[in-house]
Amino acid sequence: MRKTKTKTVTSTTYLRPTDLNDLQQIMAEHQGRAAVVAGATDMIPQMRAGRTLPAVLVDLCEIAELSFIREEHGSIAIGATTTMAKLASSPIIASGSPFLATAARQVGHPQTRNRATIGGNLANASPSADTAPPLLALGAAVQIMSPDGAIRDVPLHQFFHSYRVTDLGEGDVLTRITFPRPPDGAAGRFTKIGLRSASSISVASVAVMLEMEETTCRTARVAAGSVAPIPMRVFRIEELLEGHEIGETLVEECSELLRAEISPISDVRGSDKYRSYVASAVLKRQIEMAVADRRTFGA
Amino acid sequence: MMTKRRVTLTVNGEHVEPLVEANALLVNVLREELQLTGTKYCCGTGQCGGCTVLVNGEPILSCLTLAVAVDGADILTIEGVAKPDGSLDPIQEAFLDHGAVQCGFCTPGMILMAKDLLAHDPSPSEERIREHLRGNLCRCTGYHRIVKAIGSCGQ
Repeated sequence: MRKTKTKTVTSTTYLRPTDLNDLQQIMAEHQGRAAVVAGATDMIPQMRAGRTLPAVLVDLCEIAELSFIREEHGSIAIGATTTMAKLASSPIIASGSPFLATAARQVGHPQTRNRATIGGNLANASPSADTAPPLLALGAAVQIMSPDGAIRDVPLHQFFHSYRVTDLGEGDVLTRITFPRPPDGAAGRFTKIGLRSASSISVASVAVMLEMEETTCRTARVAAGSVAPIPMRVFRIEELLEGHEIGETLVEECSELLRAEISPISDVRGSDKYRSYVASAVLKRQIEMAVADRRTFGA
Repeated sequence: MMTKRRVTLTVNGEHVEPLVEANALLVNVLREELQLTGTKYCCGTGQCGGCTVLVNGEPILSCLTLAVAVDGADILTIEGVAKPDGSLDPIQEAFLDHGAVQCGFCTPGMILMAKDLLAHDPSPSEERIREHLRGNLCRCTGYHRIVKAIGSCGQ
């Protein structure tokens, strides 16, 4: 376990805005000096270990407008401070994108899931962020508010720039995540490999979403976590799959291609070789199961 | 030097207003300001569940929560589980009956998680119990008797 330096966190100012206007004014004033938190389940350990020492902490939890899950014009929109627990139990997510609920359910453990948020998971930008691969496979976009109040939308696959560096500039706040509601015939799967069944930073994770027409793949989205500096879409595998019949050979090719596309490292949780091996094995199984789902449930 | 501020909490049904610094962790406020030492400072990194408390009915880790972040909240610690007359909650009785307590360090967290589980699922399966306790580590019992104790509370 990580060592902590002190029993408390180092921070001088704690602010808790009550609405978005309040938030925007605070961010305009403090800009890059402010660290934005919601559940702070990773921020507090980071602060206690001295890895980050923000002068100002801005807590989003009071802002009701940031916590929601709703359907909007054929999309599903999720507020940034929606907790993992809410995602895991949401009927909208369960019917529209169940593999996102699967991912949320595997973050940390029950206590952390009551505080950890989807916005925090993405903004923190760990390469092993568990909601990232399913959101990438769903073609999600994030909405960001700048300190001057300007709003911009960034596709998630463009949001992660490099290791823990995102599109969020100084004073920016990630406010919501949206993705098109997958068509009824789409089958999505998410698998996380960890060292234990909870409280486990992913060793490798894979998300796949396929839309099939009989045995032919119409659309494919593939994303992987913990195997590169950022959670990544694997476009080349998608190209390989789309418009083709999915048989054993193609699945094998995809599995091999994944090894070439990823760049895992060796660390305390696993070697680069193991990550490569397990990610490609998981991808193979994901595709096979997504195809089988589609066949089983018909339509 | 940080200025202190007052937070308003209802802890185990009692209204309290401790003076805390902005960087004070809830676990330390409970233990040191309010003298409620049933909640444990254990791993301090959010992995063992020893610091579990219920905030507005939901279990969270008090070692990962700033006291100021729960200003206005209703908090239940292990000290609030037994009835006001001192008689034990059925979950606590079950833990004793099943020998589910050895050193007792994980016990407050386990009991609070059990309370949370049974409130949502009155008759949980063994798998469901184990799933709900995933954030609570025990070094003594091997979990078996804890799981049996909780299972015996099911209807």
